[in-house]
Amino acid sequence: MNETVVEAERLTRHLAGEVTVTLVEDASLAVHRGEFVAITGASGSGKSSLLYLLGLLDRPTSGRMWLRGRETSTLKEDALAGMRLAELGFVFQFHFLLPEFSALENVMLPMQRLGLLQQPEIEARAIELLESLGLAGEANKVPRQLSGGQSQRVAIARALANDPLLILADEPTGNLDTAASANVQKILKDLAHRHDRGVVVVTHDRDFAAAADHVSVMSDGRIRDK
Amino acid sequence: MIGLAPRIALKHLLARRRQSLVSLSGIVLGVAFFLAVSSLMQGSEQDFIRRLVDNSPHITIQDEFRNPRLQPVQQLYPEGAIEIRRVKPLTETRGIRGYPQILEGLRTLPALRASPVLVGQALVSFAGKDIAVSLNGMIPAEVNDVTTIQNYMVAGSVDALIANPDGIVLGDALVRKLSLALGENVTVTAPTGEVHTFKILGLFHTGRADYDNTQTFADLKRVQALLKRLNRANTIILKLDDPQRAHATADEIEGRFGYKSVSWQEANEDLMSTLTTRNIIMYTVVSAVLIVAAFGIYNVISTVVLEKQRDIAILKSMGFRARDIRHIFLIQGVLLGLAGSAVGLPLGAGLMLGLMQIRLKFPGSSDPVPLPIDWNWPQFAIAAGFAMCAALCAGLLPARKAASVQPVDVLRGAQ
Repeated sequence: MNETVVEAERLTRHLAGEVTVTLVEDASLAVHRGEFVAITGASGSGKSSLLYLLGLLDRPTSGRMWLRGRETSTLKEDALAGMRLAELGFVFQFHFLLPEFSALENVMLPMQRLGLLQQPEIEARAIELLESLGLAGEANKVPRQLSGGQSQRVAIARALANDPLLILADEPTGNLDTAASANVQKILKDLAHRHDRGVVVVTHDRDFAAAADHVSVMSDGRIRDK
Repeated sequence: MIGLAPRIALKHLLARRRQSLVSLSGIVLGVAFFLAVSSLMQGSEQDFIRRLVDNSPHITIQDEFRNPRLQPVQQLYPEGAIEIRRVKPLTETRGIRGYPQILEGLRTLPALRASPVLVGQALVSFAGKDIAVSLNGMIPAEVNDVTTIQNYMVAGSVDALIANPDGIVLGDALVRKLSLALGENVTVTAPTGEVHTFKILGLFHTGRADYDNTQTFADLKRVQALLKRLNRANTIILKLDDPQRAHATADEIEGRFGYKSVSWQEANEDLMSTLTTRNIIMYTVVSAVLIVAAFGIYNVISTVVLEKQRDIAILKSMGFRARDIRHIFLIQGVLLGLAGSAVGLPLGAGLMLGLMQIRLKFPGSSDPVPLPIDWNWPQFAIAAGFAMCAALCAGLLPARKAASVQPVDVLRGAQ
């Protein structure tokens, strides 16, 4: 079996309030390198919340989690931010590109924040990423000049900037037409199978889920594996 | 990371160009007015102090004592419990005893010039008119070392007294009142009954009416003879190279020679405290302008923070730490402060140039003078510093709010 990228054990997330809302209940799962995992379920079933937990954007109320063997529930905010920067890549339903920056600059941002590479290398890598996603000609366009599919591919390039081991996508095709959807699906699948990354995709698109190596179905915050 | 936060900050501001410009103009005006008003206030204060310092002695040693003089037995046993009853000071001719020796002692101190003066009352008479004046007997060669009277001469000179010890220097107003002119003779009568005729060798005009009407200068020896106080001086006046040291030096002199030594600061204590109050009022008022401007900055940065919730969420999910986000918005405050200072300082300098064109006739002075403006860099630094502080404070709250944005809350809302 390949190296485990992320492992979750009995994750539970409650939202405190007048009535306590359970977002995720007792969810356990593991994602390995080269594995393409889909999480599906109805709206409000907790699949996005689980993804946020796996992506260290949210903290579980109980349960434990390991990212590349390192337990994350005890880490401080800054350490979590550091892990998100170096180990994780996010793709959301809305591309969430910074509107004032060009496609190229958007892709360069995480690398500049990480600061491992020099500026020329950063730029070269960003161009390479955009080219590999078929966006060579759009590098200097700002997000509003790009189509939805192009924007989403720029967002994928940005998620890949720091060469993360785990890519988390939340309804990445939710806003795209069929052709663009298929393209994004292919890219994510390639990332897992060809580039040996762990990929977790939250989707309610059955076709998309069918392409995955493993599908977890959620309802009422619980994982009910198929 | 260096350069990244400022770049994002700048893009945010440029994206809201019009609003940024409006808040910027607030800071620009604030800085300009702050600079102009504080330079004017500072300039007038300096002008005032300069006149005060220039036209009065830095230290005046007077022929009196602040405390009873120590008796020899007290000097011998400084720790002893001594009580001497019914001590009556010796009656002596008023004046500073042994002033030539004191002068010699003073001249061993660095960076000061000292000269003895015998001041007495006298009557100047001509053509049946008698006018009471203050007669200042001075050593003619030293007058210019310790006074600025030469700067105010409108005819003749003080130095003419060196050549002619029977000369006198008067205010032009007094001379006009007596229908006299330069080169004519005037009779001076002392309270002792002595009468001497002086030749008018110089006229001064200081612009202060009481001074021009009552002060006269003549040779020390002649005045001593006139007042029947031979070899006496009742005042020693000193000028220091550094007027700010007057207070300390006066204390030192008094400790050494015993005579009451008054520094210009002590002589004008009430005025100095008035100036301080005036400064506090001025800074309060002009700071208010900048505080209002700071609200403009707060407004624009708050709006950016509200509008950029999604960007903040995505930056955080990308791995930006809370403090990276905070920096981005603090830098926006700093950028607005910097830009405001960069435009506001030249504008303020322009206002200062404009103010300098105004000439006013102040009460008590007879000539119109330009408004005094302080052009020194501290004024510019204070104005810019205040603006930066205001801008930074204005950025602080929105920046903290931005840093506390939870990406999950935003992402949940968006999807």
